[in-house]
Amino acid sequence: MSETTNETATPSTEGRSRQSPLHAVHEAAGASFTDFAGWDMPVRYTSDLAEHHAVRQHAGLFDLSHMGEIVVVGPEAGEALDYALAGKLSAIAEGQAKYSLLLARDGGVIDDLVVYRTGEDRFLVVANAGNREVVAAELVDRTAPFDVEVYDESDDVALIALQGPDALAVLQETPGFGVQGPGNDEEDFRAAVESLKYYRSVAAEYEGEPVLIARTGYTGEDGFELYLSPDRAAGLWAALRETGGPRVVPCGLASRDTLRLEAGMPLYGHELGLDTHPSQAGLGRVVALSKEGDFVGRSGIEQGTAADAPVLVGLTTDGRRAPRAGYAVHAGTGADAPKVGVVTSGALSPTLGHPIAMAYVAPESAEPGTTLAVDVRGTRIEATVVAMPFYRRSA
Amino acid sequence: MTDVTTLKYTADHEWVRIDGDTVTVGITDFAAEKLGDIVFVELPGAGTSVSAGSVVGEIESTKSVGELIAPLDGEVVEANQAVVDSPELVNSDPFGEGWLIRVTATELPALLSHDEYLALTGE
Repeated sequence: MSETTNETATPSTEGRSRQSPLHAVHEAAGASFTDFAGWDMPVRYTSDLAEHHAVRQHAGLFDLSHMGEIVVVGPEAGEALDYALAGKLSAIAEGQAKYSLLLARDGGVIDDLVVYRTGEDRFLVVANAGNREVVAAELVDRTAPFDVEVYDESDDVALIALQGPDALAVLQETPGFGVQGPGNDEEDFRAAVESLKYYRSVAAEYEGEPVLIARTGYTGEDGFELYLSPDRAAGLWAALRETGGPRVVPCGLASRDTLRLEAGMPLYGHELGLDTHPSQAGLGRVVALSKEGDFVGRSGIEQGTAADAPVLVGLTTDGRRAPRAGYAVHAGTGADAPKVGVVTSGALSPTLGHPIAMAYVAPESAEPGTTLAVDVRGTRIEATVVAMPFYRRSA
Repeated sequence: MTDVTTLKYTADHEWVRIDGDTVTVGITDFAAEKLGDIVFVELPGAGTSVSAGSVVGEIESTKSVGELIAPLDGEVVEANQAVVDSPELVNSDPFGEGWLIRVTATELPALLSHDEYLALTGE
C-alpha cells in the first residue's frame, strides 16, 4: 500500500516540529500526530469520523495553539489596521470580531485572519500557523507610520476551541469561570456566554487568570474559542472534558478539515493564496473598498480581476470516491471534454454521505446546477455545481 | 485472532498469509491507522492477473488515498466483498475480517518477517 495524497499535513520547513502546551495531554489521550505548518499536532485521537460526528451532534474539543496571535495596540490601532488589512477594522466595536484578509499589493491573499477588538486601543489578530511570521512582519511594517505597537504573542497564548450544539451548556457547567470586573461570579459568567452573539468575545477569567472567550469557530456549529495562557491550557482542557463527559470528544485536525469543508469555509493554501483575488473565492465583501484612504491591496483589487479568472464553486458527486485537491475538473464526462478547473479540497462528507469538493472553475462553468466532471485518478466522475455551504446547522 | 507473527510483510505495509499456493493479502494495522477512517475500498475482481509492484486497488480514507500494491505475481481468486460493503472492517480488523484479496501465486517474492516489518515501521 502506498499513500498518494494527504490533504491535512503540510511538510515542515524547519526540521524539528514545535509542540503545543497540550502535547502531553494529547499523548496521554492516545492521539496520532501529524506535522502541520511546523507543529506536531493531533490529527486524530480515535476516529476522524467519530470526531466529526461528535461536533455535529454534541461537542468537540480542538487544540489550536499553533495559530498565531498578534496584538496591535495604540491610539491609532484601528486606523493602522484599516491600512494594513482589507476590512474596516476601526468600525468594529469593542468585543466584536471580524473576518479579514491580509492582501498583497496586487490583491492576492497573504493570509485570512480573524480580528478581535479587545479594547478601545487594542486588537488581537489571529493568523494561520504557517503564516504567523509573515503576518507579524507585515503588520509591523504596514503600521509603522501609525502610533501603534505590534506584538507577536503567539508563544504566550494557547487556544482551545469547543464546538458543537452542546458547547454552550458544557462551557456554562464548567466550574472555575467568571467574568472580569465587579460582580465576578459563575452566575454572571453563565449569563455572559449565553448572551454572547456570534463573532463577539468577552474578557473572562478561568481560575482567576484571564481568558478571552469568543463565539467563533471553523466547523459550521455553534461554539467557542478560548484564548489563555499556555500554563493554564491543560487544566482547562481537562476541566472541559471532565464536565462534558461523553458530550465532549477531543478532535484532531482531520475532523477539523472535513467539518470546515462541509461548512464551505476556505482554507489558506487550498482555496486562498497569493494567486487568488478575494472575489474569486467569494470574499469580495470582505474587502472594504468603500473605506476612506488607501490600504495595502486596494490598487490591485481596483484594477479588477480578469473576466476569465476562475471562481470558487462547490461540487457534489455520487458514489464514495471523493474528488481530492489537485484533481482536474472537466466540462463533461467525455474524454474530449476540456479541462475547466481544479479541485482545491474534497472529501466524502461524513454528514451528508456523498463526496463534496471545492474547486476553482472557469466562470462559464460556475453556475449552480451545471454538470461537470472530476478526473478521479483516471476516471471521469460526474459532478454538479452547488451553492455553498454544503451543510448548514439547523437554527 | 490472527497471529501476526506468522504473517509475511511488504515494505508497502501489506501483510501476506501463505496457505499452499493461495496467498491472502491485506494492509497492516500500521497502514490502516495511518490512513485514518477508511470509507472506500476498490479491489480487483476474480480472474485479474496481477504482477508484483503494480497498483491493483484503492483504499480511501476521509483524508487520503492509499493504493493497494500487489505483493506478488499471480491471479486474483477472490476479493473480499465484505470490505467493499463495509470499508471500516479494514480499520477494525485489518488482519482478519479486513483482508482484501486472495491470489494464486506463480512465484513468491522475498517478503519481510514480522520482526523485520516492526523494525521498518519503528513500532
